[in-house]
Amino acid sequence: MIELRGVSFGYGEGGRDVVSDVDLTVEEGELLLVAGRTGSGKSTLLGLFNGLVPAFTGGRLRGDVLVDGVSVLGVPPRELTRVVGYVGQDPAAGFVTDTVEEELAYGMEQLGLEPATMRRRVEETLDLLGIADLRGRDLRTLSGGEQQRVAVGSVLAMHPRMLVLDEPTSALDPTAAEEVLATLTRLVHDVGLSVVLAEHRLERAVPFADRMCVLDGKGGLQTGDPTELLRASPVAPPIIELGRLAGWEPLPLSVREARRVVGGLRERLGEPVLPVEASGPEALRGHGITVAYGQAAVVDHVDVRLERGTVTALMGRNGSGKSSLLWALQGSGHRRAGRVEVDGSDPGSLSPAGRRALVGLVPQTAADLLYLETVEQECDAADREAEAAEGTCRRLLDELVPGVPAQAHPRDLSEGQRLALALAIVLTAGPVVVALDEPTRGLDYPAKAALARKLIEQARAGRAVLVATHDVEFVAVVADRVMVLAEGEVVSEGPTRRVMAESPAFAPQVSKVLGPDWLTVAQVAGSR
Amino acid sequence: MSTRLARDLHPLAWWVWALGLAVAASLTTNPIALLMLVAVAGLVVACRRGDHPWSRSFRLYLMLGVFIVLIRVLFRIVFGGGDGTRVLFVLPEVPLPDWVLGIRLLGPVTLESVLAGLYDGLRLATLVICIGAANSLANPKRLLRSVPPALYEVGTALVVATSVLPQLSDSLRRVRAAHRLRGAAGGRLQVLRRLVVPVLEDALERSMRLAAGMDARGYGRAGTLTRAQRQVTGLLMLTGLAGICVGSYAMLDQTAPRWLAGPMLALGVVAAFGGLLAAGRRVQRTRYRPDRWRPGEVAVALSGVVTAAVMYAVATRDFAVAYPVLTEIPTLSLGALLGILVGALPAVVAPPPRQASASAAPTEVTSSAPELAEVSR
Repeated sequence: MIELRGVSFGYGEGGRDVVSDVDLTVEEGELLLVAGRTGSGKSTLLGLFNGLVPAFTGGRLRGDVLVDGVSVLGVPPRELTRVVGYVGQDPAAGFVTDTVEEELAYGMEQLGLEPATMRRRVEETLDLLGIADLRGRDLRTLSGGEQQRVAVGSVLAMHPRMLVLDEPTSALDPTAAEEVLATLTRLVHDVGLSVVLAEHRLERAVPFADRMCVLDGKGGLQTGDPTELLRASPVAPPIIELGRLAGWEPLPLSVREARRVVGGLRERLGEPVLPVEASGPEALRGHGITVAYGQAAVVDHVDVRLERGTVTALMGRNGSGKSSLLWALQGSGHRRAGRVEVDGSDPGSLSPAGRRALVGLVPQTAADLLYLETVEQECDAADREAEAAEGTCRRLLDELVPGVPAQAHPRDLSEGQRLALALAIVLTAGPVVVALDEPTRGLDYPAKAALARKLIEQARAGRAVLVATHDVEFVAVVADRVMVLAEGEVVSEGPTRRVMAESPAFAPQVSKVLGPDWLTVAQVAGSR
Repeated sequence: MSTRLARDLHPLAWWVWALGLAVAASLTTNPIALLMLVAVAGLVVACRRGDHPWSRSFRLYLMLGVFIVLIRVLFRIVFGGGDGTRVLFVLPEVPLPDWVLGIRLLGPVTLESVLAGLYDGLRLATLVICIGAANSLANPKRLLRSVPPALYEVGTALVVATSVLPQLSDSLRRVRAAHRLRGAAGGRLQVLRRLVVPVLEDALERSMRLAAGMDARGYGRAGTLTRAQRQVTGLLMLTGLAGICVGSYAMLDQTAPRWLAGPMLALGVVAAFGGLLAAGRRVQRTRYRPDRWRPGEVAVALSGVVTAAVMYAVATRDFAVAYPVLTEIPTLSLGALLGILVGALPAVVAPPPRQASASAAPTEVTSSAPELAEVSR
């Protein structure tokens, strides 16, 4: 239906090609999953389909893009809306109107459809995506999952033949992600839509994919059956890692398939070697913490206890109060009631500098912390701000990620490097507690594994680490303890293994296959 | 009587009503009439505003009104409060050089000058409050959506621009919070720069994403207009603009030849209208669920027009009521009173607004709730 033929694309003159000499055909009614490491050109590849690349990015494009055999090279995205519907990484950034209904109609208004047709299609789309009860709502008041579904609906209402989505679930909690993916699958099955989907968290998307396409990061591209491709893919979800380890043939793609072949493995493994539960002296104690905006309490009388030497994960739905709790613990965020005590003092009553020395926080958008032109300048500034010895920040950065070029602009760094820089700046002040808000957003599997190792190192060096995240697999690897928030209250708390076993929504793939005692592939590998 | 169905009134109806009240206010300095107009606007807002963010702005306009009155009176006291005879109190006068003619600082303050300031300030405040009422009753964005198709692009640009400000303040808040996590070394200039750089980067990135999103959804699709048609449209628009400018100048300047006034203005309006129509035809775009004029809209708009018309009649015939002398207690005629009260009709004739927090299904429930209550009785 739509075909990339011999396409090469690179940014700027003389730069290397992001994709080089790529052939890719998307068939009618299939779900094609695009995977690859961060920066391997997934977004670029997606933008090629409807002309956003190079219209909005600049760069050199060679080759041809064909729709039904007719070249659409140079046709602007607005003229291709009937063929390709595109949903970008941050759906909220693309909203033009105020309410859900108007947003769904916007594209059709541009196409100049009859009012009666528009009305009918809006109703159909509302039902198809299960958002009929949101129709009059203000777009800004929607949760992440709802926003994502409205964004999908707003392009779907134009009846495109293909849907292109850039990381549709990266900001969503596991349940919302599941819903969005289920919706997409239904569209593929019922409407016969083609869907092209780029995704970092393959554990979520692989079970739904008909075909997969893996970017190798050097411009090359492999397309084929997920089972075949995942055998050697540089990015692979835990279940594939487990399958590779156990030598399963063919590789199971979903938990269900894995359960069917698991039989022998469980016996071979025997009793799991349970990791020693880390514990240490108390680092932070919070009592009755309440945060409210207006009359609504977002964090409601929460008690927190963090120990030195441990990593604690803070989980919960979008909007369950995780960020507000982190900011309140750090002391910069507003606290309506409650006490926090770190080293005998309350960070909320200290000066900003005093707070930083007790609790460091890496905010959700780590780039907010950065404002200078080079990594070197950032590090020097951090040393001065924290009154630390010269070179402290750079040394911390090298420990986290060696070899970040000193003269690079922070915005040019990869996601992982930028996060490491922000973390190094926060650590320069030598805090007792380090909190991170959604650090895994945009990180691929190797980068996440590296981050997990570094966080554990920080904890073992005597700090208490607190991570707010949606990423179940990351929690399974990194956390000693888990706290689950809902509606601003703690609904479950305890050692990772117990909490994850208690709630199926938070269970990692390995424990879904092997049982609650097994959390990670590394644990399985260790017992063989 | 069956329950009134909640719906949002056409924004233009609210604006016509509010402008009617504003015109009425501008035609009088009678404080009783002005205060009644404010009360009327307040009553209608209280009865018929929704729970949208913009609905809460009315209080701000009221505060602005109070501020305007205070400033006006204060100015009268500071700069020559001495017209009239009834001296309230005497402030020490600040001697000014001779060349500042007609201006006096402080000195004796008379009741007349304070009252004049009060009446004048009240009139301006009422105007502002009327506009505020329109703003809190009608979604300003929906008003922009009702512009003629030829101005669609401008309308969209305005809509996008209005959403930029809250976003900017949002990212400013985020970046400031983030910087408290990092500490503030360096001078004032550096602190400013570390705020501005990330906020601007954020805004730039956001607008690029929005532009890409809009483009990907068909914004700005090319029309099918020929070159000749486009030239005709341009010519009509230019003629219209020139005609309106010359015509309105001639209307206001009594020395200009009369044939320039009325006819020129009419020609300009006709040409501009034709231009808009021609430009609108090239736009292959439709509107989803456009706001419609129904009896409710007519009634609301009319009530504003009637108030303005009555006040006009009062101002031309009954000068003492419209512009009361400062030495007597102002009075109100029955006609003026009724005219102003007509302006309060929308509180009853306009349908109740839809509540944003309640989504489609709950709206139906709330509208049928009184019936349920009756049944249970």
